[in-house]
Amino acid sequence: MKKIDPAFKIKGFATKQSVRLSEKTLAKTEKAGNYLTDLADVVLFLGKVFRETFSRDFEFKEFLRQCFQIGYKSLPLISITGAIMGIVLTIQSRPVLVNFGAVTLLPGMVAISLIREMGPVITGLICAGKIGSGMGAELGSMKVTEQIDAMEVSSTNPIRFLVVTRILAATLMIPLLILYADALGIFGSWAGANLKGDVSFVLFFSQAFSHVTFMDLFPAVIKSFFFGAVIGTVGCYQGYNAGRGTESVGKAANSAVVLASLLVIIVDVVAVQITDMLRS
Amino acid sequence: MNKLQAETLSGVATKKKSKEPVVEITNLRKGFGQQEVLKNISLQLFTGENLVVLGKSGSGKSVLIKCVVGLLNPEGGKVEVLGQNVSTLTRETLGELRKKIGFLFQSGALYDSMTVKQNLEFPLKRIKKDLTEKEREEKITEVLENVGLADAMYKMPSQLSGGMRKRISLARTIVVDPMIMLYDEPTTGLDPITSDEISSLINEVQGKYKTSSIIITHDIKCAQNTANRMVMLHEGEVYMEGKLADYEHSTDPFIQAFFK
Ligand SMILES: Nc1ncnc2c1ncn2[C@@H]1O[C@H](COP(=O)(O)OP(=O)(O)OP(=O)(O)O)[C@@H](O)[C@H]1O
Ligand SMILES: [Mg+2]
Repeated sequence: MKKIDPAFKIKGFATKQSVRLSEKTLAKTEKAGNYLTDLADVVLFLGKVFRETFSRDFEFKEFLRQCFQIGYKSLPLISITGAIMGIVLTIQSRPVLVNFGAVTLLPGMVAISLIREMGPVITGLICAGKIGSGMGAELGSMKVTEQIDAMEVSSTNPIRFLVVTRILAATLMIPLLILYADALGIFGSWAGANLKGDVSFVLFFSQAFSHVTFMDLFPAVIKSFFFGAVIGTVGCYQGYNAGRGTESVGKAANSAVVLASLLVIIVDVVAVQITDMLRS
Repeated sequence: MNKLQAETLSGVATKKKSKEPVVEITNLRKGFGQQEVLKNISLQLFTGENLVVLGKSGSGKSVLIKCVVGLLNPEGGKVEVLGQNVSTLTRETLGELRKKIGFLFQSGALYDSMTVKQNLEFPLKRIKKDLTEKEREEKITEVLENVGLADAMYKMPSQLSGGMRKRISLARTIVVDPMIMLYDEPTTGLDPITSDEISSLINEVQGKYKTSSIIITHDIKCAQNTANRMVMLHEGEVYMEGKLADYEHSTDPFIQAFFK
């Protein structure tokens, strides 16, 4: 970047070019500053959420309502994707296993890959889409239409009422949704296996679970809690910090989905590394 | 009328009323980025009075009352409500103070995931905790009747018209009997008849609960009906302060343009 001679400015000789240059630099430093203030915002937000999570007056009713919204209302979507995940996984891997003469390993393999990875990540991503965007849009529109301000002036802490309840509900419900998706996936896998040959349900299940160990399930469940927390937090953060004007509601919903999906995948990578270290 | 005259006039007004102000704003300054909205505002709201704030659109009237209730932080100057400096309060004390303040949002700000009844219950449950279920119910019915919308109790905000939303929002604000009321354009978008009803409701609230109110309005009729005193904002400063008659007889072209 070219430097602007300060003498130019002092003498008032600043040409259009140099003025434009200086404006550009200004805009750039402003952008860099924006990232920093954004980061500070996130930290501040998390701090507030953390403090309010452990405050005395917990909004239990709103928490239950959110659990219902997040958990129950997502069931149809999660059921379909869970079942299809199992069917598809079975149909795709069956020919390979047949080639190796290892078809009996199919239930176990599907169960392990569903429980360890497919179930949490795919359900997590779907929840990031459904729940993250929902929170972003809902809180965003509440912000834009001053409903959050209205709560504040009725001496209700909006972080406590809106944000903490949603984050906790997501942290609790998303792992349950993931376990549910795992179960339906195994069921779907049985259905998929039945397309090619007759397998009894009981046999399939006992074969599947004879391979699954505690160290498959436990890290996956822990990981799911983190997925839930991340989705809830990102959705609420984007919504709660939406700008002015209706267009920022769309932006909040959109960036909630993008960021939540990205973070789900990043958390997954980290979790996989840690579990791998623990296993060996 | 020029600025100097306006200042002496306000001096007279403060001398006449030796009462303690419930809201005292001194040299308030507030802007957004480069834009200066309020440059230097000083005004007082006394116990039991209706103070009407006039000003062009975008002159910062809404910003002014948001500073009073602590939704926006001033950049300079001081806002004192009931003797407490709003910007230095902790969250808890500010919360306690806000229980005494009613705030009618210009946009209504009804909670659109809740029914009308739940909208009114929300502040009631949080501010008047000692009410029984039955008392709450009675209070809600009474207030809804006051705004003429008793039959909208179980509707969702999305099912209401713009004017109805405004009135429900007003009901939600007065249901907790605040000591200080801040009305942001209570009659905008209402027909003249409803508008008059709202004006008399404001007066009724003032008479019944000795409420002190700041009323922001463009509606000259509403101002005429409710004002004990009026303040005109212009370019971030108090342009004129006085009684209704002072404005009506003013020869200042800017004031005249408002009152025609
Ligand atoms: N949160 C905010 N961020 C940025 N600018 C704002 C914000 N709030 C208000 N402004 C700006 O401050 C100025 C004054 O706004 P304000 O809403 O107080 O006007 P007003 O006097 O209430 O007008 P109206 O009569 O139209 O409601 C406007 O130019 C607006 O763009
Ligand atoms: Mg306004």
